[in-house]
Amino acid sequence: MSSKELSAETPVRIDRSLCKACGICIAFCPKQVLEADEGAIAVVAHPEECIRCRMCELRCPDFAVTVRGDRGG
Amino acid sequence: MNDKLKAYFRTDHLPHIWCPGCGNGIVTAAIVRAIDDLGWSKDDTVFVSGIGCSSRAPGYLDFNTLHTTHGRALVFATGVKVARPDLNVIVITGDGDASAIGGNHLIHAARRNIDITTICFNNNIYGMTGGQYSPLSPTDSFASTAPYGNADRTFDLCRLVEAAGASYVARGTTYHVTPLTNMIRRGLEKKGFSFVEAMTACPVYFGRRNKLPTGVDLLNWQRDNAVPVSRAAKMEPEELAGKIVIGTFLDVEMPEYTETYERLLKEHAADRSGE
Repeated sequence: MSSKELSAETPVRIDRSLCKACGICIAFCPKQVLEADEGAIAVVAHPEECIRCRMCELRCPDFAVTVRGDRGG
Repeated sequence: MNDKLKAYFRTDHLPHIWCPGCGNGIVTAAIVRAIDDLGWSKDDTVFVSGIGCSSRAPGYLDFNTLHTTHGRALVFATGVKVARPDLNVIVITGDGDASAIGGNHLIHAARRNIDITTICFNNNIYGMTGGQYSPLSPTDSFASTAPYGNADRTFDLCRLVEAAGASYVARGTTYHVTPLTNMIRRGLEKKGFSFVEAMTACPVYFGRRNKLPTGVDLLNWQRDNAVPVSRAAKMEPEELAGKIVIGTFLDVEMPEYTETYERLLKEHAADRSGE
């Protein structure tokens, strides 16, 4: 996948059927990519800021977050 | 969940039963990532658990899984490993399951140095049954059975297992999830008894009674109180009060139980056939 194709996609995906709205991914994102919607479910508000550190995916207790692409992409 | 990890889960059982902000899913995913790193086959790997919130984890994992009685996961796991030493055997247990109900089994599995990796999800409380204090609830912390604060001292479970004879002992946290995953991988690779204590969060029964009511609060608590083992070695006991010492405490090579057993059977094959 080229970087151009990658940038056209959302790097972070939230599976809303698995998310329990704990806010961990939002609180610990170093770039404030994620925000809470009215139901406290995480939404990808600033995808262009994502550095693909994957901390949201690694710390998600509900297996709801997936980060695509390599770090620094 | 990314597609690579999805292959290791019984996805039709998700979402899981754990509360919002509970760290058990973080540890479960770390275990799966460690297994994926090692390239272990699902068919050659067995998960055994006891009773408690953490012990629900194998139910979500698409491996050979065995959900047993309270405190006895290591007993069943020992049976599996002795019968089939070729299998990778992993025990998932909680702080109460491992240190109270199953405390005796824990020290004897370590003493035998049987090739089982035990991951203890330490949330400092009996979560499933309503928040009673466990042997790992901090002194003075509050629990449903300790409304004035917990009078008990805690076990340092890593030191206990090390003293009992394990080959690999480490402690990590769900905040420090990458080092935790590496510890689990090292424990899985290790021939002999491996023990990884994973500090995890129970916002509902531990956190809410201890001014840490959310998963985010408890991860911040882990971050702010974790001390690497190298730094802890230079600190006074008073400075370490209330801290979580993280890192690898022990990583040694020692004779493994099923190998010793196999050797004895071979050495005495003639005696046995003459029976």
